[in-house]
Amino acid sequence: MHETLSNLPLLSGLPAQVLVVLAMVSAGGIILGCIAVGGMFFIWSERKVAGYIQSRYGPMYVGGWHGVLQSLADGVKLLLKEDIWPEKADKPLWRMAPLLVFLGAFLSFVVLPFGPNFVGANLDIGLFYVMATSSLVVMGVISAGWGSNNKWALYGALRGAAQVISYEIPLGLALLPVVMSTGSLNLGTIIQAQAGWIHNWHLLNPLFFVSFWIYVISSLAEVNRVPFDLPETESELVSGYHTEYTGMKFAFFFLGEYADMFVVSAIGVTVFLGGWYSGIPALDVPALFPLIFILKSFFLVFVQIWLRWTLPRLRVDQLMYVCWKVFIPIALANLLLYGVIRTVLS
Amino acid sequence: MSRRALEHIASEIGADVVETSDELGDASVTVRPSALHRTLEFCRDDPRLRCDLLLDVIGVDYPDRAERFDVIYSMRSLSTGERVRVKTRVADGEPVSTASDLWNSANWAEREVYDLYGVPFSDHPDLRRILTHHEFKGHALRKDYPIEKGQMCYVPEKLLTDEEIRFGPQLYGRTMDRSDAVVEEEEISSDYLTVNLGPSHPATHGALRIEALLDGETIIHSKSEIGYLHRCFEKESEDHTWQQIIPYTDRLNYVSALTNNVGYVLAVEKMMAIEVPERCQTIRVLVAELGRIMDHLVCVGTNLVDIGALTNFWYFFNAREHLYTVVERMCGERLTTSYTRIGGLYRDLYEGFEDELRHSLGKVEEAIGEVTALVQRNRIFMDRAVGIGAISQEDAINWGWTGPCLRATGVDYDVRKASPYGGYETYDFDIPVGENGDVYDRVLCRIEEMYQSIGIVNQAMDRLKPGPIFSEDRRVTMPPKDEVYNSIEGMMNHFKLVFEGIQVPAGEGYGFSEGANGELGFFIVSDGSGNPYRIKVRPPCFPIFSSFTELVKGHMVSDAIATLGGLNIIAGELDR
Repeated sequence: MHETLSNLPLLSGLPAQVLVVLAMVSAGGIILGCIAVGGMFFIWSERKVAGYIQSRYGPMYVGGWHGVLQSLADGVKLLLKEDIWPEKADKPLWRMAPLLVFLGAFLSFVVLPFGPNFVGANLDIGLFYVMATSSLVVMGVISAGWGSNNKWALYGALRGAAQVISYEIPLGLALLPVVMSTGSLNLGTIIQAQAGWIHNWHLLNPLFFVSFWIYVISSLAEVNRVPFDLPETESELVSGYHTEYTGMKFAFFFLGEYADMFVVSAIGVTVFLGGWYSGIPALDVPALFPLIFILKSFFLVFVQIWLRWTLPRLRVDQLMYVCWKVFIPIALANLLLYGVIRTVLS
Repeated sequence: MSRRALEHIASEIGADVVETSDELGDASVTVRPSALHRTLEFCRDDPRLRCDLLLDVIGVDYPDRAERFDVIYSMRSLSTGERVRVKTRVADGEPVSTASDLWNSANWAEREVYDLYGVPFSDHPDLRRILTHHEFKGHALRKDYPIEKGQMCYVPEKLLTDEEIRFGPQLYGRTMDRSDAVVEEEEISSDYLTVNLGPSHPATHGALRIEALLDGETIIHSKSEIGYLHRCFEKESEDHTWQQIIPYTDRLNYVSALTNNVGYVLAVEKMMAIEVPERCQTIRVLVAELGRIMDHLVCVGTNLVDIGALTNFWYFFNAREHLYTVVERMCGERLTTSYTRIGGLYRDLYEGFEDELRHSLGKVEEAIGEVTALVQRNRIFMDRAVGIGAISQEDAINWGWTGPCLRATGVDYDVRKASPYGGYETYDFDIPVGENGDVYDRVLCRIEEMYQSIGIVNQAMDRLKPGPIFSEDRRVTMPPKDEVYNSIEGMMNHFKLVFEGIQVPAGEGYGFSEGANGELGFFIVSDGSGNPYRIKVRPPCFPIFSSFTELVKGHMVSDAIATLGGLNIIAGELDR
């Protein structure tokens, strides 16, 4: 990217090091903008969908059309709020936590393939990288819970840690058959394996279909959404790990959660739902790729929202039961079966 | 029937019986303090009486008497239907032997008498203040405690003792096997965490406090504290006229205010032997059932919210909103209705009431259908609710449970069927009962009860005929205006009713009805003046909540929250 910048007439005289820094900052800025705007959009759509499901309106006034700027107004409000510190908090940890949560989502955005040439960093270990960065979130959750010096927050953090770490296993195992099939961890390569008509999508392969459902459900747990929203559980743990946060720090948790929702949906789309391909070859023009990718991801985000307003939540031991005794065995069996079939067929 | 019960008791207890009475058909026996425990045990165990349900323990203060306090145990039998009150008289400071070894429900009820009257109970396991603060000086319901005297109390009560916290593992056992862990003597207490569930907690909404000792997320021991919403309803009542108390009854159970209004006026009318016209009776049944429906909508809705299913709450509250619109047009208020009057009603139904109500009930049925479809066979909900907070029939009765929570265990006790009042015997309805007495059964019982109540409301609407809504009895009813203007008797009557209020004849009585949460009782003592001498409410959720800490022992925090929601604790009537 810094080469592109050096071609601009205004910047051509600058040394290469400055250009690299400039390129990094602007790329970061673009991603940050995407997350902020995207997050706000998801928050608004969550409220509208919730309103629709619950036979009410949701936000209606700010921004004119159906309260479309409500999230912006909320953001401004949160920015202007007093930053309240718990006196006995572990300050460094407590301050770092929202950043870690946000960083997890932020770093994952780097590799999301919106189109063949529309990707921040085309890493060969893209999938692996996303799994790693999204685990950063749990570090934030733990430091928030511990740093707050509040028992409810600590309980939330413990639940969050146990949950995210456990559900990463079925999540990873669900992705593995696809990786075996495509032979690559590069997100672009995985998508290209699904080019052409819709039947090429991994979703429509029976074994990958099982993987897909395990992935979708585990990803709900990964981003702490109902029915797995145990780290927050308003009715039990007051507000879970972010009980003590106000203002912008709270906003970072909030934004991080919604950005994460998009990340897991985008990975789901990449691995199972054909990524940027529409499923009809005639429509697959490069200009439409980002749009198709984003629309599909939005659909999965919508499913998450829809489930949140439909289902009750599990108890913490039931959550662990589902993970260790149901998903992991199924995912392992599925992986084994795929390996055997693949070996036999080849 | 009550006379026979008195004879049984008199023949058993013999010379220790001071007095018996069956005033207003309530069997009441006064015994010496030394014979109290024996009498109570007899009433509970004798096959002819079988008073297995201790409803309430009531204190009354007569400062001019040497034996200053009456302590009254009010009981009911679920098998024979007998209601007996056993009374004893004690001087200031003289202990009464506790009945908490006979009924668990006596524990909190006696604490209340101790708190508000200062009557000590010997051998009571946990004699602490309950409704007032632990720093409070004096006893609020004594006649010599000035009604306007407030006290500032600051230090919160420590519920779990240091010993309980430090030696929790030895006292209550471990839930997990830690035999392989090397635990230093000094570190034992670090295994457990104490948390305050409330009062500032979303599930206890500022009105309840539970201090729990947690092992991981399992509650191994807990204690609860109530009284955050105590506002001296009973003391205030003694300073008001009988009609003026009606607005206070709204605030006892603000979720089903209409049902409470009806319960109170029924009790006073029982004392005065007043018959109300048929239309008035029908409307009272109708509004009492509306109150029940609204209560169950709130209870089931919020219980589901506590389990994480948020949308059901909106479905139910939308339906409730439709009902509230009707209620608002009916009496001008939504929450605090004050719709009934002693001897009648505030005003008649408005034009078009029936059409609007039928429309609203349709919306309620629709909402119940939607929620039932969402939760009844929902695997996650069943995992969270089946077997959680379960209680056996015997235990539930021993703890003094009534209402939907008791019926969820399979006991079909409903005051509307067991001792019908206000014409309930002429309506066709069923009493839904559960099996396991868990959260799931409580939710389903309430849902079915709503359908039954809708049925009753529809029947009541069908039989509504034009007619008077006020009793003809001039002791409670204002004379017509032409009488007031044209005759001295009419004017006197009007004057006395306005200035002195209704005069309830001296005596005591217990009026009861089926509140939304269970048996709602008003024990009334009148000295013949314009104000009540004593009103004691029997709030259905007081005994229910007293068993909460036992109910959640060994369960997880999430289960405790789900259980709490299913019990439908209304702080207004719990704390009064």
